Amino acid sequence: MIKLVNVSMGFGNKAILKNIDLEVAQGEVLVIIGPSGSGKSTILRLMIGLLRPTAGEIWIGGREISHLGEDDLNVIRRDMGMVFQYSALFDSMTVGENVAFGLRQHTKMSDEEIAQAVRRNLRMVDLEGQEQNMPSELSGGMKKRVSLARAIAVKPQIVLYDEPTAGLDPIMSNTIDRLISTTRRLLKVTSVVVTHHMQSAFNIADRIAMIHEGQIIEIGTVEDIENSANPIVQQFIHGWAKRKQFTHGRADV
Amino acid sequence: MLINLLEKVGGKVIYCLEINGQVVLLFIETLFHLRRRPNFGHIVYQMAHLGVDSLPIVLLTLLFTGMVFTVQSAHEFIKYGAQSSVGGVIAVSMGRELAPVLTGVVAAGRIGAAITAEIGSMKVTEQIDALRVMATNPVAYLVVPRFIACVCMLPILVIFGDIIGLVGGYLVATLYAGISSFTFMHSIKVFAVINDVTGGLVKSMFFGAIVAIIGCYKGLTANEGAEGVGRATTGSVVTSMILVFVSNYFLSLILYR
Repeated sequence: MIKLVNVSMGFGNKAILKNIDLEVAQGEVLVIIGPSGSGKSTILRLMIGLLRPTAGEIWIGGREISHLGEDDLNVIRRDMGMVFQYSALFDSMTVGENVAFGLRQHTKMSDEEIAQAVRRNLRMVDLEGQEQNMPSELSGGMKKRVSLARAIAVKPQIVLYDEPTAGLDPIMSNTIDRLISTTRRLLKVTSVVVTHHMQSAFNIADRIAMIHEGQIIEIGTVEDIENSANPIVQQFIHGWAKRKQFTHGRADV
Repeated sequence: MLINLLEKVGGKVIYCLEINGQVVLLFIETLFHLRRRPNFGHIVYQMAHLGVDSLPIVLLTLLFTGMVFTVQSAHEFIKYGAQSSVGGVIAVSMGRELAPVLTGVVAAGRIGAAITAEIGSMKVTEQIDALRVMATNPVAYLVVPRFIACVCMLPILVIFGDIIGLVGGYLVATLYAGISSFTFMHSIKVFAVINDVTGGLVKSMFFGAIVAIIGCYKGLTANEGAEGVGRATTGSVVTSMILVFVSNYFLSLILYR
């Protein structure tokens, strides 16, 4: 479904990703983990064509997209959805208008059909009856759920999640994890989730890829990652800090 | 030392050319998307938001401009016995220069700043990326309606500006300077021609295009954070104003030769 072949990416002289090879099967949930600044979100942005690689190929559903123009990319994007780290809801629109946006832009559905679809998608994320609220009136967790409802409203085949649980309390994080799993189960979507919440990753992943300094250093099932012999992976999943990051006598790693 | 200086100057020149090129490309892309049936509802909303809401400040600006222009000119004209020319001079200068240029300046300050701040904050909160992700071209969705609204609404604002400027001039001429109503109106008939007004309207369409394209460009290229949006907004107003004044000179050369 999604395939990255020898993809590299950089800004100026700074290399962000180096020779990434990655494949995501149809219906799979792939979780990408890694420290901040390691290039996780860049991979998502490459997959949906917001950024272009400096080298390599990106295949989405059998089509190479790295050289496509914006119009051709838009055809590919109609089968994709994305949940942004800070939700990226349109703040001049109501919740209902946000969820209806893709349907209004790309379908010939009547107003009544769109209203029904909005209600159905908001019910799926437990936000029924919030159609008339503005995004500024919602909590962080509610915004994330509206963002998810907006992403799945157009029935995409692929949904990308950029830090979906960042900044949320553990209960809300768990709710979002459950929604990602439900979305995958009900809509049969292929999901790529970027996170550095290990509990979330273990909850939802079919496979986990660990990225470090722009390279994938480990990829496998949850068990593979848990039992990895790579000290960087073990350090990350257990949240161990490097000894030099601690002040004297505060910690013993 | 000299090579360093040349490198810096060369770098600045290349940077300026790049920016100019990007603005021109945005303009061309906007024209290209005009062919694709823009959303009528968005255009009407932007016309109201950017145009109608600017009417009070345009009226206020042009009313007092007409009044102060008459105070200054009537005093001098009466001194030389040319009070019969006051109305005509005010009408011609209002139609040709004052109304379009001052409306352009007001638009750069009010409309340009609003466009940049709105699009800039959308950019830094990833809403522009969200548009692209949802297969919606930001130029078609955001720039085209604002461009059409500005190009259509500025001439309308100028018409109101022409009228209110003349009303201000008339009031001062008749009530303050002692020029009769007939003399003032007759002078307008003698001096002013329709080209004085239509030329001003043509100019204001160009000013509308400048304000919209610069405002959108600055918003779309705003840097991260509140400071980035603030800087983009300031840049938008300053650049639009400069371009309004510069283009006004060349448009006057072309339109009133």
